Amino acid sequence: MSDLAISALPGARFEGFATVAEAGLQGMITLRGDLGTLAKALSDVTGCSVPETRKITQAGANAVAWMSPDEVLILCPHDAAPAMESSLRNALAGEFATVAAVSDARAVFTVTGPAWRDALAKLCPVDFGTLEAGDIRRTRAGQVAAAVLVTGAEEARVICFRSVAQYMFDLLSVAASKGSEPALYA
Amino acid sequence: MSHRLPNGGRLIQRGKPQKFTFNGKHMTGFAGDTLAAALLANDQMLLGRSFKYHRPRGVVASGAEEPNALVELGKGDSFEPNQRTTTTELFDGLTAASQNHWPSLDFDLLSINSMVPQFLTAGFYYKTFIQPRAFWKHVYEPIIRRSAGLGKAPSDKARDPDRYEQIYAFCDVLVIGGGIAGLQAALSAAQSGVKVVLWEQTAHWGGRAPVDGVEIDGKPADDWINTTLQTLEKMPNVQIRTRCMGAGVHDHGYVLGYERITDHAPELDAPRHRLWRMRAGKIITATGAIERPLSFAGNDVPGVMLASAMRDYIVNYAIAPGAQIVVVTNNDDAYRTAIAARKAGIGVAAVVDARAEATGALPTQARVLGIKVLTGKGVRKVKGGKRVKGVELCRIDSTGSAHTEVLECDAIAMSGGWSPVVHLWSHCGGKLIWDENGHFFRPDPNRPPLGADGAGFVLTCGAANGDLGAVLAGAHAAGQSAAGAETTPATPTDSLPEEAPLEPVWIMPRAADYDLRMKMWLDFQNDVKVSDVQLAAREGYHSVEHTKRYTTLGMATDQGKLSNINGLAVLSDALGQPIPATGTTTFRPPYTPISLGAIAGEARGATFQPLRKSPIHDWHEANRADWEPVGQWRRPYTYLRAGEKRDDAVNREVTNARENVALLDASTLGKILVSGPDAGRFLDMLYTNMMSTLKPGKCRYGLMCNENGFLMDDGVVARIDEQSFLVHTTSGGADRIHAWMEDWLQCEWWDWKVHTVNLTEQFAQVAVVGPKARQLLERLGGMDLSRETLPFMEWAEGKLGGFDARVFRISFSGELSFEIAVPASQGRAFWDKLMAEGAEMGIMPYGTEALHILRAEKGFIMIGDETDGTVIPQDLGLNWAISKKKNDFLGKRGMEREAMVNPARWKLVGLETLDGSVLPHGALAVVPGLNANKQARTEGRVTSTYYSATLGRGIAMGLVERGPERMGEEITFAGKGDKRIKARIVDPVFYDKEGAKQNV
Repeated sequence: MSDLAISALPGARFEGFATVAEAGLQGMITLRGDLGTLAKALSDVTGCSVPETRKITQAGANAVAWMSPDEVLILCPHDAAPAMESSLRNALAGEFATVAAVSDARAVFTVTGPAWRDALAKLCPVDFGTLEAGDIRRTRAGQVAAAVLVTGAEEARVICFRSVAQYMFDLLSVAASKGSEPALYA
Repeated sequence: MSHRLPNGGRLIQRGKPQKFTFNGKHMTGFAGDTLAAALLANDQMLLGRSFKYHRPRGVVASGAEEPNALVELGKGDSFEPNQRTTTTELFDGLTAASQNHWPSLDFDLLSINSMVPQFLTAGFYYKTFIQPRAFWKHVYEPIIRRSAGLGKAPSDKARDPDRYEQIYAFCDVLVIGGGIAGLQAALSAAQSGVKVVLWEQTAHWGGRAPVDGVEIDGKPADDWINTTLQTLEKMPNVQIRTRCMGAGVHDHGYVLGYERITDHAPELDAPRHRLWRMRAGKIITATGAIERPLSFAGNDVPGVMLASAMRDYIVNYAIAPGAQIVVVTNNDDAYRTAIAARKAGIGVAAVVDARAEATGALPTQARVLGIKVLTGKGVRKVKGGKRVKGVELCRIDSTGSAHTEVLECDAIAMSGGWSPVVHLWSHCGGKLIWDENGHFFRPDPNRPPLGADGAGFVLTCGAANGDLGAVLAGAHAAGQSAAGAETTPATPTDSLPEEAPLEPVWIMPRAADYDLRMKMWLDFQNDVKVSDVQLAAREGYHSVEHTKRYTTLGMATDQGKLSNINGLAVLSDALGQPIPATGTTTFRPPYTPISLGAIAGEARGATFQPLRKSPIHDWHEANRADWEPVGQWRRPYTYLRAGEKRDDAVNREVTNARENVALLDASTLGKILVSGPDAGRFLDMLYTNMMSTLKPGKCRYGLMCNENGFLMDDGVVARIDEQSFLVHTTSGGADRIHAWMEDWLQCEWWDWKVHTVNLTEQFAQVAVVGPKARQLLERLGGMDLSRETLPFMEWAEGKLGGFDARVFRISFSGELSFEIAVPASQGRAFWDKLMAEGAEMGIMPYGTEALHILRAEKGFIMIGDETDGTVIPQDLGLNWAISKKKNDFLGKRGMEREAMVNPARWKLVGLETLDGSVLPHGALAVVPGLNANKQARTEGRVTSTYYSATLGRGIAMGLVERGPERMGEEITFAGKGDKRIKARIVDPVFYDKEGAKQNV
């Protein structure tokens, strides 16, 4: 069915002092439970280890982000998520663990450029100076919940709920608009 | 005549003239001017009228403390009232206008108030307008509002074209104030390697030091300032920012900074203001001090200025405030103004010093320059109305009944000493002590604002700390202390001439008679005089906070920056108590007003509020959806066809759903996964009925109540497998119910093995409704949806027309109905497919209004219509959904309280008007007689009311006293005015009572 599947704002893009772009469909699975108990299944199915607090681990096309003391978020190709979801469910049968595909509950944006922190600092109450590639931070952007994944020296990904994708895109665009460079981090 | 001097001006660029207008008059200033300086350069002394008496007023200060020189800036969409000319940087094309006068600035009819000031004394409004009571609102207030007040509000049609933003930042040490103390503190903190931020509210570094002739290590202060700035700019751990005011200090080192980015250069394509939301480990306030006026008769006449301000205009902007000035003082510092004026070639008639002798370094220097010094004297009164024409002097200890001499002058510099700017120190609870030498309040270092660790988080240095002499050593120590660095001695040394102590003069002359006292202004902006504060004291106002409100002292837009200390000194004197016993009023943020735009930040236009969109939103928009807000979602109320009226569209949609096949976008419904070994037990506590007995593959309707038993949400629960349930909530309830679940799981039942995951947005959900619903889905193929395979209140998973579908056989319409969830990314394609396949069957989408009518015809309740937070399930006849087997559930005990089991409670019934009309929304059922509040007595109310296209008449549900016991009875509802509408109590299920249609 992937030919019928569309992301929230396909192709949305804004060029400011940082570039904002919708990242397209992203497979995501929420995994809850004792992180120690989950470790083996997680590693077997995704190849990733359990991340440290506020960190992201990666293996090939898969990544696992720490969400809370009893929750991680698996990131994988969109098409791969359903199979990975059932593999995890099988592997964790009988455990107190919850597996839920959430790929379509979310929208993902990339914010790229050396000044990505300066754009996000206008929206999120976060000290971005303390974040580097491989970090995740759950926060809010403007009036909605957000997670910021630092995916490179000059790139961050912002995940929000799908229904507010347009709001998030507009927010990020306003924050990154030319002429409003705050010269805080960059 | 105030005018521009031929030479000098530290801050102006003579090569860059800037044109501007004041009250339509064309004027020219220079780049670097403040608007106040530019106006003075054009001899515009008179700038506005005072609040109450409409007295002529001019510039009195040179910075944020200015109470008088407020103007309207800009026009149309960019219009802003009450802008301080002293902090407005001049730009080419600026337009300014004076305010609070009628008909013109020069000729103000309302200044008649000033001729009878005894009528407007303290408490005048309270005393005069108290009777008759009803006159306040309708007569007095409108008149007072016209005569009192400053700038006009912008037009209600105006839309601010500028953009604004906020930003979050973090640092170890935040230094507020970029004078030499702030610069040194920042440098000393930064040298230890911590992250330092330094803010200066003006466009310039160094504060007063260059104007006041401070020398650092034997060289002019400017040299050291430039060197220090260069050092700071090169340090990677330091950020410095001009035009950024520390507006407020809050708990946990949270500080608001107000950066004015384009006020001085509106042509720039940048946000106008930026609000910094800074979290600082330690804060150093290096906010300087504000000079105090002297209270003498006529101290508000245009041309009377603070001595420091006059010095600023001479040195920084090359402005001569007049041809001949008089300096009035009680301290040595003001002699600097006389010296600066003389050096600039301005005539100095005399320095009038209240002290018996003046022999310090500065007075001596003044005398050497040939300036006449008159000691033991004060001002009796100022001559002149719209500008200073001269000054009458008298002995300082006299009543001022006669003058000793008269001096000709056209400007007066006054200095009553200095008050440290303690605002930011005080915002978060820092305490003050009275300094017996300097006669001011300064921060008490032993009682700073305390952080979460019990330690002080605000330090202070420089003049803000009461250090009116050398400041660098103290600033260095504060910087190192804030950074937690090891203490080392300061290297640079700042030096000033020794100054003799000031002698406090709160009233000039000290024994002034009433006629003089009622012309001595304390609060220039709110027109509060010495006589008003003294009257308040005589009338029994002892608390400084009460006196403030009674007299309005310090309540204007300048928040008493000039008037505070003078006012409470006069009050203390009137009460016969020392000043510290009187204390100060409370210092509150912001330090000076900040724009509403900065407070709103990005929350305007498209980003005013999140607007939630379902995966099918764009289709609705393209197909004439008539939107209605549901929480932050937009849902189609109905879909209008060309030329169709709303009601007709709704009726068409209802009929189509009853007779054919129809689609509803139900994606907004809350969907929460509840899973774990204790999931069943958990849901049994949350719902009033039993959920743990539900079998996988089945659905059950349930009610959720709060602890008091009041109904808060409802919906269908589907059991997914042994350990997990999918809970459907109302569209508006998803986030609230998810939070409610987590609250119980995290705070009360933390050892229960239950996870919740909010999956609301993972799925697009479409209700396929109507007698031909199954026929349509069969055309898609892939799943057996027959009555036998998928009976009512069951669900199944599979590929439906190639889509990943979960099909629920549930019905909120009473028709054969399938609610189909597909992954949100497939939602739009799925909807398109259904519309295409159903085209030849006459398929139609329907909106929320048809949804409401369909459910009302079936007597189904709606959370928010039939419930309002005071309704228990039993009120709605939902006893069948309340388990009697369970020991406990949330709300069980609440429902058993006396008031909840009262048989006279209003209960749900159906209502049919006798004439078939539609009852008004929320109409009350009235009975003869009046209640204790003399209102009509009532026995019920309408909760839902619609025109039923199916039945061809109005139908309604309502809560009626003992309603279910009164079937068939006629009751009376109140319409508009005296209109009364008769309705019959009937069963709330109007359509297909046996439920045959949904169960096919």
